[in-house]
Amino acid sequence: MSVLIFVDQTEGHIKKASFEVLTYGAALARQMGTTAEALLLGTVNDDLAALGKYGVKKVHQVANETLNHVDAQLYAKVIAEAVTASGANVVVFSHNQTGKAVSARVAARLKAGIVSGACALPDTANGFVVRKTVFSGKAFANVSINSPIKVISLNPNSYKTVAGEGTAEVVALNVPVDASKIKITAVNKVSGEVPLTEADIVVSGGRGLKGPENWGVLLDLAKELHAATACSRPVGDAHWRPHHEHVGQTGVQIAPNLYIALGISGAIQHLAGVNRSKVIVVINKDPEAPFFKAADYGIVGDLFEVVPKLTEEIKKMRAAG
Amino acid sequence: MKILVCVSKTPDTTSKIAFTNGNTKFDEAGVQWIINPYDEWYALVRAIELKEKDAAVTIHLVTVGLADCDPIIRKALALGGDEAIRVNADNSDSFYIAAQIADVARQGAYDLILTGKETIDYNGSSIGGMVAELVDAPYLSLATLFELNGTTATITREIEGGEEVAEVSLPVVVSCQKGVAEQRIPNMRGIMAARTKPLKVVEPAAIEALTSIMSYELPPAKAGVKLVSPDNVAELVRLLHEEAKAI
Ligand SMILES: Cc1cc2nc3c(=O)[nH]c(=O)nc-3n(C[C@H](O)[C@H](O)[C@H](O)COP(=O)(O)OP(=O)(O)OC[C@H]3O[C@@H](n4cnc5c(N)ncnc54)[C@H](O)[C@@H]3O)c2cc1C
Repeated sequence: MSVLIFVDQTEGHIKKASFEVLTYGAALARQMGTTAEALLLGTVNDDLAALGKYGVKKVHQVANETLNHVDAQLYAKVIAEAVTASGANVVVFSHNQTGKAVSARVAARLKAGIVSGACALPDTANGFVVRKTVFSGKAFANVSINSPIKVISLNPNSYKTVAGEGTAEVVALNVPVDASKIKITAVNKVSGEVPLTEADIVVSGGRGLKGPENWGVLLDLAKELHAATACSRPVGDAHWRPHHEHVGQTGVQIAPNLYIALGISGAIQHLAGVNRSKVIVVINKDPEAPFFKAADYGIVGDLFEVVPKLTEEIKKMRAAG
Repeated sequence: MKILVCVSKTPDTTSKIAFTNGNTKFDEAGVQWIINPYDEWYALVRAIELKEKDAAVTIHLVTVGLADCDPIIRKALALGGDEAIRVNADNSDSFYIAAQIADVARQGAYDLILTGKETIDYNGSSIGGMVAELVDAPYLSLATLFELNGTTATITREIEGGEEVAEVSLPVVVSCQKGVAEQRIPNMRGIMAARTKPLKVVEPAAIEALTSIMSYELPPAKAGVKLVSPDNVAELVRLLHEEAKAI
């Protein structure tokens, strides 16, 4: 019995979402009175023993370069082998792009029940019940996993990452890896930007910005806050912003610490993607905008006047320390 | 060339979300049902576009659900598609659903299986990956572009921190999102034609569900918004820093 945590990497580095699942998986192992181990596929430049500071005792590595690229079919086979080899009965993924591609495949291969989009530690007092978001963030469901092996994929930004002390033992796992049936012909990474689902702070713009040429005020604020940027659906549809920034029921669902909405009315479909944010700030010139009902703080005013002031005031606060 | 499109019935995006039976059942009172937007706007429409280019393409739709799914299946058939298969079962476990679809998929020997990236009710994003595993085909998730050239598919898909372009030989399972196609409205001819298209009802295979929903909860209500005057933006910064500790 153990909890096996899948750690994913891109371009030789382990990403923030993995530290969150490591912390979560280690806490789950403590709760169940068992040990937490990590699994990494491919090769990385990072120090794997250092993952011990998130609470894992062992890191299994399948150091095969074919696995530096995510192919769900190969990954599922290798991860399932690792689960069997390590005797794990719980497997944890991040519900990020890689997790979405791979976790359900692994679950089907192992005939293991899966809760994807989990947002809290399971209740293991009576069975194994995991809370997840449903209806695009408008509600939660408590789901019981009834199979011997259990798979969880955790919504990014739902568990607080804690780094302590400790080093993990790194062990090589030899698993045969097939040739990939997929040929990758191009990879375009959006570099220098904070990935939306991992961001602590998100600044988002709606139709109230009037056009793509006006995004400067928003970008200045985002830069000052080291925030990721997002937008409402009509903004993505009109190509004012790239469509991967579209948040909401039919876009990306996020749960940052702080969500700042500029010129967004707060339609129910928009709220569905952002209402798990811890703090919501709304700036809108219409006092009747529905978004104010879902907000913690608000300013009724013209964003083109308010936002530059806000950026200035944050600068001042930072300068004052 | 045979395409299988997985479609699912979901509550309309404006539906009030509430629960009954001691929070164990979704309250369907007054709910309008739609085809899951990702299944309809992207997966199904892309399949229809492929058929418009090549008359030799056959499109089958599959859904796992009870007879109350029939109206949305008819609507999907009105958009396009040649016939539909409904597996007559009611279950929310993703493995159960995927295993039923995989059964249909094996029998139909499809070249291409398309799904939406997730359903807007259970948000599992699991079915595509599971079906791919069960039929042992490559899986390309979160596609934003899909092109077909003979038996080779070229897919642009979202990955961690960006996107990639992948080439793969059929058969393949692809989950679709925005970019793959544009939403369409069914026309009168399509609606008339849909009435006579075959909708086959098949009984489910004996599959054990691996999960079950115990209860639902609504998020706690917000305490109410604190409004700050536009002339006192510094106060908002102070509140965010000192009270909310968010910056
Ligand atoms: C099936 C379905 C799915 C959908 N999915 C999504 C989704 O995932 N995400 C999403 O966002 N939407 C979604 N929508 C669309 C949604 O219903 C709304 O139409 C959309 O969110 C509105 O975008 P908006 O707030 O940018 O624009 P509007 O509703 O036009 O709001 C603009 C706001 O800006 C304010 N404003 C204007 N000028 C200024 C100014 N100078 N200063 C300050 N404020 C100003 C206005 O008061 C207004 O409140 C969906 C709709 C459907 C039917």
